Amino acid sequence: MKLREIAHSRTGDKGNTSNISVIAYDAKHYQLLLEQVTSARVKAHFAGVVEGEVVRYELPNISALNFVMACALGGGVTRSLALDAHGKSLSSALLDLEIEAVPDNK
Amino acid sequence: MRTIRIGSGAGYSGDRIEPAVELAERGEIQYLVFECLGERTVALAQQARMKNPEAGYDPLLEERMRAVLPVCAARGIRIVTNMGAANPVAAARKTAEIAKSLGLSALKIAAIVGDDVLDACKARDLPIMEFDGTIKQLGNRLLSANAYLGAEPMAEALGGGADVVITGRASDPALFLAPMIHAFGWAMDDWNLLGQGTVAGHLLECAGQITGGYFADPPYKNIPDLARLGFPIGEVGEDGSLVITKVAGSGGAVTEQTCKEQLLYEVHDPTRYLQPDVTADFSQVRIEQIGKDRVRISGGRGSRRTGTLKVSVGYLDSFIGEGQISYAGPGALARGRLALDIVRERLKLTGVAASELRFELIGVDSLHGAQVSAHANEPYEVRVRVAGRTENLREAVRIGNEVETLYTNGPAAGGGAFKSARDVVAVASVLLPRELAAPRVQFVGGELR
Repeated sequence: MKLREIAHSRTGDKGNTSNISVIAYDAKHYQLLLEQVTSARVKAHFAGVVEGEVVRYELPNISALNFVMACALGGGVTRSLALDAHGKSLSSALLDLEIEAVPDNK
Repeated sequence: MRTIRIGSGAGYSGDRIEPAVELAERGEIQYLVFECLGERTVALAQQARMKNPEAGYDPLLEERMRAVLPVCAARGIRIVTNMGAANPVAAARKTAEIAKSLGLSALKIAAIVGDDVLDACKARDLPIMEFDGTIKQLGNRLLSANAYLGAEPMAEALGGGADVVITGRASDPALFLAPMIHAFGWAMDDWNLLGQGTVAGHLLECAGQITGGYFADPPYKNIPDLARLGFPIGEVGEDGSLVITKVAGSGGAVTEQTCKEQLLYEVHDPTRYLQPDVTADFSQVRIEQIGKDRVRISGGRGSRRTGTLKVSVGYLDSFIGEGQISYAGPGALARGRLALDIVRERLKLTGVAASELRFELIGVDSLHGAQVSAHANEPYEVRVRVAGRTENLREAVRIGNEVETLYTNGPAAGGGAFKSARDVVAVASVLLPRELAAPRVQFVGGELR
């Protein structure tokens, strides 16, 4: 299934850094996020977009992960050549990530 | 326990105006905050002020103030805003003039000055955080340097009786923290309260983004009546307790989901959200729906603030030239790609000097690049987009021209060409020792009575 089935997401920007939250609709899916939505996978998913490091922060209280992606906004919001200079549309790309459903967990 | 209700009347400079009027009329609020100052806006406003000493504040200041001042004055609602941009004193004078014209000359209006730290920055060769280089290396391209001020001067203005507080660059959450500090007398070293207050400010500062804006994604996430989106209200207790809600009957929704998304919006390390007043910690925050459009937020904490203030440095970066043209119907994708190939070759043939170029098809790969978009289906129509960075305006203009000339020299049936060329004022950051900024309150209302 797609990540979109179990999580929602929002993108924010500061300078040339983009952050994307991934929030489980249901707390029971937080473990799936922890296991499958890794920094490495996010970095690979954004090949050609994110040039820097991807760091993941975990927020178990709200069943959420926060990905901080360096060098992701074409030099920064205020100077980027990109149509979406803020990278606001990036969250939708991440929700397309394939997640392997664990039958007991779904 | 004492509680205040703070409304958030704008999430950016161009935001809708009538939700703020609705908040003032029916939100039972005591404070109305307008966050209107983007990262780059101060630099642009600084340029406007250089041309006209009375300019440099938010272009919508007059429209917003005219819309909300009568009802705010009638109900004793106090306004806090960063619409001062590069010229808070002129913005305060203008607001006093508007108040007078509305028969509200008793309003006390305060400007916060001192965020302009250009001289202090020029005197030091501070390193730039985003790239290798220093302030001095920007040379005459340096336009502005504005420190993110904290809540203290705004709280002081409220303590001095200001009905309207107008600041320039300040931390966005601090606009909300100021009324809390003023109303409850929170100590400026009560880090946990300041941390929780920062959570409140952070959640409220983007207005509609917590009431259902920037959220709807049918059929997974549905939000009612976005055309009448209500803006949020924070009910804050003197112990830092917080409920996010909105005006009953307005559009949108306040849910655990909208609050969670906004909690992490533009946040990096959630344990260290650096603010001028506190290092806030969002990592232990709990979010709980306690009623329709009522969400309780608890667990925000904080630790000692750092010794520096973040400073936004505006500078002339480069020029951007751009051109677009559309193709539709059978074969649109192939003609769009052909068009890109032609422009790519033309820019080489004619020797356009660009340091960076983008060739893309809107509707295919413009937002996430060719790799992420590789599996997309062929669309009915595509829009060619070419953008490039140049050293001067003349070169930038040539990029758009090479797209426009596709009309008569490119693939069949290209339509709707558009071109632009502009200079780029960009923003970078430096850290300034906090004692080098000297914010102060300047009342202006009295002068005009």
